[in-house]
Amino acid sequence: MEKTVKFFKKPITATLIAIFCGFLVATVILAVSGYNPFEAFGALLGGIFGRPKYVSNVIIKSTPIILTGVSVAFAYKMGLFNIGAEGQFIVGAVAANVVGIVCDFPAVIEVPLVLLAGVAAGALYGGIAGWLKAKYNINEVIVGIMLNWMALYFSNFVCNVERFHKPESDGAYAIHESGFISFFTNWKTTEAAAEFVQAHPFIGDILRTDANAGILIAIALTFAVSFLLYKTTKGYELRAVGSNRDAAEFAGIDVGKNMVQTMLIAGALSGIAAAIAIAGNNPHGITQLSAFESNGLNGLSVAFIAGGSPIGCIFAGLLFGALLYGGQSIQYVVGAPSEIISILIGTIVFLIALKDMVPVLIDKMGKRGVK
Amino acid sequence: MMINTITLLLGVTLLYSTPMIFGALGGVLSERSGVINIGIEGMMTFGAFAGAAAGYYSGNPWIGVLCAALAGGVLALLHAVAAITCQADQTISGVAINLLGPALAVFFCRLAFDGSTMSYPVANKLPKIFGSGAEGIWANLNVDIMVVVALLFAVAMWFVLYRTKWGMRILAVGENPAAADTLGINVYKTRYACVILSGILAGIGGATVTLGIVAQFTQTSIAGQGFIALAAVIFGKWKPMGAYRACLIFGFSQALTVVLGGGAIAVPTEILAMLPYVLTIVILILFVGKSVAPKADGVPYVKGRR
Repeated sequence: MEKTVKFFKKPITATLIAIFCGFLVATVILAVSGYNPFEAFGALLGGIFGRPKYVSNVIIKSTPIILTGVSVAFAYKMGLFNIGAEGQFIVGAVAANVVGIVCDFPAVIEVPLVLLAGVAAGALYGGIAGWLKAKYNINEVIVGIMLNWMALYFSNFVCNVERFHKPESDGAYAIHESGFISFFTNWKTTEAAAEFVQAHPFIGDILRTDANAGILIAIALTFAVSFLLYKTTKGYELRAVGSNRDAAEFAGIDVGKNMVQTMLIAGALSGIAAAIAIAGNNPHGITQLSAFESNGLNGLSVAFIAGGSPIGCIFAGLLFGALLYGGQSIQYVVGAPSEIISILIGTIVFLIALKDMVPVLIDKMGKRGVK
Repeated sequence: MMINTITLLLGVTLLYSTPMIFGALGGVLSERSGVINIGIEGMMTFGAFAGAAAGYYSGNPWIGVLCAALAGGVLALLHAVAAITCQADQTISGVAINLLGPALAVFFCRLAFDGSTMSYPVANKLPKIFGSGAEGIWANLNVDIMVVVALLFAVAMWFVLYRTKWGMRILAVGENPAAADTLGINVYKTRYACVILSGILAGIGGATVTLGIVAQFTQTSIAGQGFIALAAVIFGKWKPMGAYRACLIFGFSQALTVVLGGGAIAVPTEILAMLPYVLTIVILILFVGKSVAPKADGVPYVKGRR
């Protein structure tokens, strides 16, 4: 009995229960709407694992949201709610795109330049929210949302500037090829590559996607953030402010300064997520936005599912990417609206909010058992 | 010409601020009782869809408004269960509502309208205050009847909150739930009522878009109005009339972009479209220091714990 209680009290258990219950709710909604839920989830699995290409695409889809998830999780550790990750992502993409068009250097300079442009823009944008919170105590959620919309219109503005607008398209020019981080960009178009793909269908299938180095950068950064948070004095300060602001201030920690720094780093993480997407994925440029693409907003859900742990964001991000990418096949195969995936994700996040209830419930049930 | 522009500006301001006013009144009520409601946007979106769908199938816009209120109320009930009974993190729960609202709206929209993410246009929109025959400047000022309803709601909420026993109870619960509890006020029931009502108001706000302004639900029917409404709550110092005025200001800045966006001045439309959002931040910088949230806002109440 004690062992079971201990098991149920682990945070990961509550998260898994939330995910399971999310699927239950989605099952009921699908069944009530007249679709076979098992077929639908079969299609989902097929859409994730059916071909090497799909798995590769899931990883590509997950890369940016792992990083925006880490961005949100990092800010949340000090009590800041970085809903502005979306805007930070958008300005990061714009900056990476613009720098990648204007500058034309060899890859060793071009790639870092493009990535740094994203970092700088994202950090600046996040920093604004942090500064407004520190200096004027303005709710970062509202500022974040306003900045998100401003970023969206700014991105569309840059898209239509003559210097950057690609004629007969709804987007900007691609960055110079030397800025690409896709695997074997040049080799892919050669005849040798065509022969190789014929001979090795498995790897060939993966090569047909935008497979790129982004995921490696994302994982490395995630571990760096985790190290910063748990193994450095700075990280300790940030967490101290997050768990008790007044106590931290009393202990001599400059809360305002830490807020701005946190948001700079959180913004930088969202910004580099965008720069990786620009450097790694077709069309290697921004396109006109009519609504949010949600790379940043999904980061919120990823961070919550990960329970605020940066390393957890890698797994939560992959889960999320898999659901988003594989979910499309629910519509192709079964005909059910692919929004069922959004409902599933929303339900999971809602249940995550309730997950503190699990240990309490277990305690209650445990007491009943003893009697 | 001049009078034409001014009346047009006034008419569009009233039209655009109305959905936000409903959302902001909902926010005021919920936060005054001590529950942060970030989910207003999601409740408005779900209400916008429910309103358009019910309005289309029944042919009666008022049935649409009723269904929108119900839809918003149902989502709010979820938030209430999480925030009040389960003492959950209200921000996370609100974010979840914001994910669920649009997801449910588009899911059901695809089921109800042949797989499309847009509803068909409703045949009968909500009535205008001067009927359908208005001309000239009267046409400019011929706004939806919901503009009047929003004002009535704001006045009614002011009256209830500050001039009635119920209102005093709500304020007490939001400021000091433990003290209110000692006086025999049921904290949980009061909060449930306020949160559900806030969802009902948000749902109606959504319907004013899809049954009045555009007569159709699309994925961008509700594009940030719910969040601007939250800013209006803060700017309006958590007071009904304050929030009402704040929404008028935000509505005015949106009206400016519409009226000026017709090519009258040489500013790119994308830059002009940023105006309401820039203004929101500027206003918050100028005024927020002076506004203080209800003391127990966002703090779950547990009986017997201090």
